[in-house]
Amino acid sequence: MMVKKIRVLIAKPGLDGHDRGAKVIARALRDAGMEVIYTGLRQTPEMIAAAALQEDVDAVGISILSGAHMTLVPRVLEQLKANGQGAVHVFVGGIIPKEDGEQMRKMGVRFVYGPGTSTMDVVRDIQALVG
Amino acid sequence: MAVTAESVLAGDRLALSRLITQIENGVQESRATLDALFPYTGNAYLIGVTGPSGSGKSTLVNQLALKLAQAGDQRIGIIAVDPTSPFSGGALLGDRVRMSDLFANPNIFIRSMATRGALGGLARAADDAAYAMDAAGYAFILIETVGAGQSEVEIAKLAHTTIVVEAPGLGDDVQAGKAGLLEIADILVVNKSDRLGAEASARALENALALGVEINGNSDDGWQVPVLRVSALHGEGLPELVDVIYSHRRHLQDDRGWAERKNRRARSGLVRLLKESLYTAWQTQVSEDAVDEMAAKIAGGALSPEQAAKRLLET
Repeated sequence: MMVKKIRVLIAKPGLDGHDRGAKVIARALRDAGMEVIYTGLRQTPEMIAAAALQEDVDAVGISILSGAHMTLVPRVLEQLKANGQGAVHVFVGGIIPKEDGEQMRKMGVRFVYGPGTSTMDVVRDIQALVG
Repeated sequence: MAVTAESVLAGDRLALSRLITQIENGVQESRATLDALFPYTGNAYLIGVTGPSGSGKSTLVNQLALKLAQAGDQRIGIIAVDPTSPFSGGALLGDRVRMSDLFANPNIFIRSMATRGALGGLARAADDAAYAMDAAGYAFILIETVGAGQSEVEIAKLAHTTIVVEAPGLGDDVQAGKAGLLEIADILVVNKSDRLGAEASARALENALALGVEINGNSDDGWQVPVLRVSALHGEGLPELVDVIYSHRRHLQDDRGWAERKNRRARSGLVRLLKESLYTAWQTQVSEDAVDEMAAKIAGGALSPEQAAKRLLET
């Protein structure tokens, strides 16, 4: 019996403590049948990459509201690559200026979500990438 | 893509991680890899941590792993199980939230696992994942069950030492006397011992244990289950807990208990595999439609469940 489940890590790097967005996404992905690993607040990029490796996830969702995305996200991408997980899909949610979003996509981030994004869209995007 | 046994044995963490995924997903190649790894197993010490949701299992596992890792240059594996939704098939695996102290430690490997429909408090893949970690050189493997009510007792078939974690205020001495979860404890922990009512909970458990001894005498293997007061959050009572784990281990090794537990795990794994293989083999012969049809007959009152099952097995 082969059953493949989509596994997604939802991580909150940096120092802001607003995790409602992360929890909403985690819940929506769970209800869409995915296995969601939630790591809690204040993670360093190294901790996120270590968790992604041990959990063998298909995707990593990063929630940032602190404005530090341009320092934190590239470091997560680097760490994932260094661990042999360059193929893991990374998506970012938070308050991200348009130019930063475009730049992150050039670095390899698959999706950037702003406030007001429908959880259905996130589910559909990840299913399309991984499913 | 098959994961080679060599890469797991060489300590490649990504290889171990991928192998566990393949075990969970029932990928055929993982069976051969596990077979090749099996001769390298048998060195890990398996500690089960179970108890009701919210009793503080994850926080306790976090602290235990830190203490065990400090005790020597040894690797610690953690398998943390949370429930799969019976509706969506998804799961929210949140045990890591309490384990951030361990993420960056190169000697610690944490794997969250969903039950995927398995009953008894564990995931089907937990046993084989523990074998994989064992072969990869993890000296201790801590297995945290789902929040357990009264009868999630599968962990006792797997672990060398089973720790049952209780928290204050969850029940009186009648609860403590019920069959099930408390019977499988090698060590009882009353966590959150700084809270009101902790001492009463600990006493109720001690009384229930004493009553058992009064009626049945000491357990067959002569181990007396201790009740420990611990505050995992504040790090209190942990050195004592580690000491008791080590003395239970010595107790098993000095006695026939070691071999018995090894056999118990082997047997329960074997039976599980047999059930799965028989069911899978049978499934290929009978269509889903036939099962639906029989279910409709039961629901409609035309057949009893027993009669329907018999018919399906005869086709």
